[in-house]
Amino acid sequence: MAEKVLMKGNEAIAEAAIKAGCLHYFGYPITPQTEIAAYMAKRMPKIGGVFLQAESEIAAINMVYGVASTGHRVMTSSSSPGVSLKGEGLSYLAGSDLPALIVNVQRGGPGLGGIQPSQSDYFQATRGGGHGDYHMIVLAPASVQEMADLTVKGFELADQYRMTSMILADGTMGQMMEPVSLEFDIKPQPAKPWATTGTNMEREHNIINSLSLVPEELEQLNFARYDRYKVIEENETMYEEYKMEDAEICIAAFGIAARVSKNAINEARKKGIKVGLIRPITLWPFPKAPFEKAAKTVKQFISVELSMGQMIEDVKLATACQAPVTLCNRVGGMIPSPDMVLAAIEEAAKNGGAN
Amino acid sequence: MEKRITLICGHYGSGKTNVAINLAFAAKKQYDKVVIADLDIVNPYFRTKDSMEDLKQAGIALICSEYAGTNVDIPAMPQQMYAVTDDRSWHAILDVGGDDRGALALGRLAPAILEENNFEMLMVINGYRPLTKDAESTIEVMREIEYAGGIPFTGLINNSNLGTETTAEVVLDSLVYAEEVSRLSGLPIYLTTAEETVYNALRGKIDHLFPLKLQSKIN
Repeated sequence: MAEKVLMKGNEAIAEAAIKAGCLHYFGYPITPQTEIAAYMAKRMPKIGGVFLQAESEIAAINMVYGVASTGHRVMTSSSSPGVSLKGEGLSYLAGSDLPALIVNVQRGGPGLGGIQPSQSDYFQATRGGGHGDYHMIVLAPASVQEMADLTVKGFELADQYRMTSMILADGTMGQMMEPVSLEFDIKPQPAKPWATTGTNMEREHNIINSLSLVPEELEQLNFARYDRYKVIEENETMYEEYKMEDAEICIAAFGIAARVSKNAINEARKKGIKVGLIRPITLWPFPKAPFEKAAKTVKQFISVELSMGQMIEDVKLATACQAPVTLCNRVGGMIPSPDMVLAAIEEAAKNGGAN
Repeated sequence: MEKRITLICGHYGSGKTNVAINLAFAAKKQYDKVVIADLDIVNPYFRTKDSMEDLKQAGIALICSEYAGTNVDIPAMPQQMYAVTDDRSWHAILDVGGDDRGALALGRLAPAILEENNFEMLMVINGYRPLTKDAESTIEVMREIEYAGGIPFTGLINNSNLGTETTAEVVLDSLVYAEEVSRLSGLPIYLTTAEETVYNALRGKIDHLFPLKLQSKIN
């Protein structure tokens, strides 16, 4: 039998997490990410791991905090309304500099919204999600293979920088089935001398805490954290460029929107329109460099999103508004069709974007 | 399809709904009154209702929760479901939900189905799915489904595939797995499926080869 297997995006995340050495999963079911919990429920008991269905999302994220404090790889997953509930915990994880992996398989909102795919938690993910000055590393997969690969990457980055990584997927990515390879090059986990593993009476106590009694010290902690963020921005930005070599129109899209856009770009290219794609893979840190570079030659940017226009703000900031940035979007669980994106490209071309 | 009721069960993501719809189209060539019933109470996506128009055109009746494919994410079945066992003039294909949780809904119909004793209970298997990648794990899922649904399996449908990367070789390679499941469970391989693109390359090479047309969801 071939080395590839056929998996749902949600299952790929779960299996990749296990392969990355995550033996602790805490969650609460919600469509469209429930397969992650279901998969963990089946697999964890067989490999000596822990699957625990918590009484709520808030309980689950605090269990994540507990395990993360001991230095073990740990994760939770949910979908939009559930991630909002985890918001307080995300902030506490950041305030305590704890590594963990959070998965958000987004659905339409706000509120209870619907169960169809969405990308409208972009602001929440890239601006923190909870209170206070902090960031999470936000990874946006566009295939089942990337759901798996970025899960491994997410754990590694979280450990390396002592912070939370978030997989920001959408309902389509969670539910779609694709062939996937589960062969990973897993690096050894770094030492965690800060973890609460017991002193053996040989060292000082390690204390995991997000409360600072002295304002000056709290300020220094924030400064140090943002120095670290700067290193991440310089070293960990990931993106894909597609047919950008001669592009006069540039689409910005991630996840399912990028896949749809590629189809539209191929159709537009057949009509002689010079259009390409920049697909951010890290949404935070946002890949500013390729946009800055493109802004020198591109005549129009189109942000294709399953939201009312959230990433478009980062595109405008990165391009310093040197060219117009327009929005092509569907919301409420709907996905822009290739024809809709093609029409937006043709409209841009008509306005002098290309030819 | 000689039996009046054909039950399609399996691990979630094994391709049950796709197989069930294809079987309904095949049954329609043989019988006048064919109904496909969607018993899935687990997954709100990828439902028989996605193929409603095609089924209607072919004259195949559909029994399905009106909430399938909507934002109403609740386990529901319509009262018409009882017609499957009450009205014996129809040939029925039952698309059961995935795993033991999905098969739980079968419990309500099981006594009538067993009493009539005119059914095939088929397990859809895909050796390329990680949780049913070998005979042992597949049979574990099979036993869980039987226990939850209350109906014993009578055969296997080998639906092993790798999605868009399915080749004739992928299907051929799965035969060892399917035969091992058959040997260990004592159940015959009722069908091996082959997507249209690879069907011709496999013709004559596999017993009970069944051409499969992929049902696409239009959004």
